[in-house]
Amino acid sequence: MMNFPVLSVITFTPMVAALIILMMPAQRRNEIRAVALAAATFALILSIWVYVQYLTRNMIGYQFEETYRWLPALGIGLHLGVDGMSTPLVLLTGIVMFTGVLISWGDEDPHVKAGIQDRPREFFAFLFLLAGGVFGVFVSLDLFMLFFFYEIAVFPMYLLIVIWGWVKTREYAAMKLTLYLFIGSVVALVGALAMYWLQYKNTGVLSFDMLLMEKAGFSSAFQIAWFLPVFFGFAVLGGIWPFHNWSPDGHVAAPTAVSMFHAGVLMKLGAFAALRVGIMLLPEGAKYWSWLIMLFAGVAVVYGAYIAFVQTDMKYMIGFSSVSHMGLVVLGLSTLNRNGLIGAGVQMFSHGVMTALFFAVTGMIYDRAHTRMIPELGGMMKIMPFAGVGFIIGGLVSMGMPMFSGFVAEFPIFMGVWETRWLVAVIASISIVITAAYIMINIRKVFFSELPANLEGHVGDITVLDKIAIATLCLLMIGIGLFPSLMVPMVQTGVKHITDILQMGGL
Amino acid sequence: MFTSTMFASILPEILILVIGILILVVEPFWKEEKRRNVGWLTAGGLLLAMIVSLLFARPGEPTMTLGGMVRFDWLGFFFKMLFMFAGAATALLFMDNEKIGHRGEAYLLLLASLLGMNLMAVSSDLVMLYLAIETTSIPLYILSGFMLADDKSTEAGFKYLLFGALTSTIMLYGFSLVFGFSGTTNIYQLADMLKAGNLPLVTAFGVLALILVGLGFKVSLVPFHFWAPDVYEGAPTPVSGFLSTASKAAGFAVLVRLFFVAFPDYAVSWTLAIAVLSATTMTVGNLLTLQQTNIKRLLAYSSIAHAGYTLIGVVALSQLGAASVVFYLAAYIATNLLAFGIVMAFSRVTGSDEIKDYAGLSRRSPLLGLMMLAAFLSLAGMPPFGGFVAKVFVFAAGVQAGYTWLVIVGILNSIIGVYYYLNVLKYVYLYRMPNEDEENHPVPLSRPYMIALVVLVAGVILVGTVFAPWFSWSDAAALNLF
Repeated sequence: MMNFPVLSVITFTPMVAALIILMMPAQRRNEIRAVALAAATFALILSIWVYVQYLTRNMIGYQFEETYRWLPALGIGLHLGVDGMSTPLVLLTGIVMFTGVLISWGDEDPHVKAGIQDRPREFFAFLFLLAGGVFGVFVSLDLFMLFFFYEIAVFPMYLLIVIWGWVKTREYAAMKLTLYLFIGSVVALVGALAMYWLQYKNTGVLSFDMLLMEKAGFSSAFQIAWFLPVFFGFAVLGGIWPFHNWSPDGHVAAPTAVSMFHAGVLMKLGAFAALRVGIMLLPEGAKYWSWLIMLFAGVAVVYGAYIAFVQTDMKYMIGFSSVSHMGLVVLGLSTLNRNGLIGAGVQMFSHGVMTALFFAVTGMIYDRAHTRMIPELGGMMKIMPFAGVGFIIGGLVSMGMPMFSGFVAEFPIFMGVWETRWLVAVIASISIVITAAYIMINIRKVFFSELPANLEGHVGDITVLDKIAIATLCLLMIGIGLFPSLMVPMVQTGVKHITDILQMGGL
Repeated sequence: MFTSTMFASILPEILILVIGILILVVEPFWKEEKRRNVGWLTAGGLLLAMIVSLLFARPGEPTMTLGGMVRFDWLGFFFKMLFMFAGAATALLFMDNEKIGHRGEAYLLLLASLLGMNLMAVSSDLVMLYLAIETTSIPLYILSGFMLADDKSTEAGFKYLLFGALTSTIMLYGFSLVFGFSGTTNIYQLADMLKAGNLPLVTAFGVLALILVGLGFKVSLVPFHFWAPDVYEGAPTPVSGFLSTASKAAGFAVLVRLFFVAFPDYAVSWTLAIAVLSATTMTVGNLLTLQQTNIKRLLAYSSIAHAGYTLIGVVALSQLGAASVVFYLAAYIATNLLAFGIVMAFSRVTGSDEIKDYAGLSRRSPLLGLMMLAAFLSLAGMPPFGGFVAKVFVFAAGVQAGYTWLVIVGILNSIIGVYYYLNVLKYVYLYRMPNEDEENHPVPLSRPYMIALVVLVAGVILVGTVFAPWFSWSDAAALNLF
């Protein structure tokens, strides 16, 4: 079983499914949905299998490695593998893909405007192409392939938002998002090409393999010069301040499943690539610039939380809270110490699940009540209690309550920050209070206040598929919260490798 | 003595000639309504010619044949195959165009210019080169002005002829100066001659500048680009597609050979000038594209920008640089032919080339919408389509040569490109036809279009995913330059 090319199967399952779906006749909507669900389930099962294998066998370092030659003349190959950092993210992608399909299922009853009614064939095809790209980035150990998959993950976003998004802002938001992300990734690409040629000059090996590049011995001056474009090029997708501007607009304009993907998975892509390419390949640069990243991340955490606090649109609120929570991830990365990195690794997973849940619930409310404005909503607890409980659990995670995955993530981050610059930790912790405030205000108003008269009668409960999706996401957050050993030791093995790299350089 | 190598070195051209003669013989006997079938004959013939050439006329070690007129190497061969592929696809796209599809002479002119292009790719003598360039150009002037009843088309033909004649005579003047200074017209002897260093740098600069005017016109570099949008817009759409791909690639084939082989020592002192030319071309092309509302003009201006990206590979002046140019052209030929093919198929049904009329296309014909998606994303440089890999290779060559600033200019430009290409896709996928149900207005594809477009889509995806063989061929071709 160990020889089974599980990572490439995971990566290409969504892409193949996308092709199959595209070839199906457009009228067979239910069959299309069924194929989509089957593919998503298959990918989820495989990613769970990878996760469980990694966990139960106490694995360390890169596992399930696969190498295929692709363009040997230029040292491009399909080198796949996962470590303690990426395994949770592969699982996260599998889960968000699965729940995203459930939530987009769409009811054929014309009175219920839920899920994707308009051209589900194209929707699922584009969504799966995106998912394939995301899987590809998380498992790539080849820099060229990482970019290849990264771009594949970016462009379907444009179509998904522009076609199925919120009518008012979709054109503007989709274009803004695509241009921001494209600029970021190509700037990083130039840095990657510079690394590639310098490695060739230093070692005489022509290769995009990142494991080789880690040992290429780039000079400090080179690392310091190229770290910023590479790190920030990717971190744009991670929603780092001051390049976060595209993100809330994109969240708001996107249809529910795409918002889930976007905030849940895609933003991790940015943070993960910034770590994998920026910090791990240019450690000296990371050490030199860590103060700057910490500054930006610190601003993102507090500022994002504050802006979220003053929003009246639920999606904007969650969008800005994502900026804040992704700021925590980058804050953890910027510490460059063990605790901070572990926290960042867990936070990527925790925030992914949490924000997917938030967007799912918001989407369900919007589909039925036709509004997302917090002042116009109320009494949802009576109508959709299941969604309400889900939202509350997500809120507790967001606030960093113990017993939930948010705590497991945020606590080490703050510990790590305290170790390096205690003042930043103190300032950043303000965000916890603000987060608690906006989450609780939101819960009170949307779920527990009086149901507005104009909503009475035509707002229905959520579907069974929706409930399955919510339950899956909630169980994960509680599971990690109660048993951190399900994830923390795994992340630790990945962090060990990073701290080793960072120590090798000295300073 | 006519040896087998000589024969092999021009076998593809002989076969093209045979197809042409066949058309001349057969066509008069066909009735008016059957004349369209000449397209099948041309496309099928070219396909067969490609297969035969691949089997029997592969070059080995680079050799000079036919008295030093022709160089028989992989660079030329690879380009020939690309041109013939483009020619076959174009012939299919001709077939259902009312204005040119039923007239045998259109296919004949296409073949004639194809013959010229093939010779452009292999010429190793300036005289031969000039003849080849004119053989390519004159049929294309006629084809551009083929629709005599259409003012725009006549204007296109005339404009193309005037600009083309002007620039090619300037180039010819440059050639004659080269002969005057060196006493030889053979490119490879010229290289040896120039290595001895008999030519003052200023003179060499002047001569190269004159030659560059002619080639710059062919590949539509700024400031020799003025003709391109008007001609592309006025010419019959399949002809525009052919002009912007094969004819441009032929220009690059000559540019690369002259630059890398004949003037390598002088080329080093030229790279900065070419780099500036490349940066201007990309920027001007892209900025002008932004305001286009006609899709043919949009593709015309963006093809200027693409010439700029391709030039980055020339600037690099390395083996990877040359290989990336060849690869870029291969990807670009498939992509842009696809784009023009779609425009053709669409305007055949709707009679419009305005971008706003593409509203609702994805509902009218999901397949055509998807193809358009592939073409435009490839032009924008997104994976898994050919354009992405091509761009990365060109940029990699630029970074390797130390032209990081040029690569950054290229990147900023491709971001502008992403903007306007996505804008077109927005019409295709987001906007809807005003007050109409799109399902009632399908865009049917006739069989030749279907074949051509499917083959081209497959090409665009294959170049973007299974890029190893294409790259090794490009690399083998580039190797022949050194």
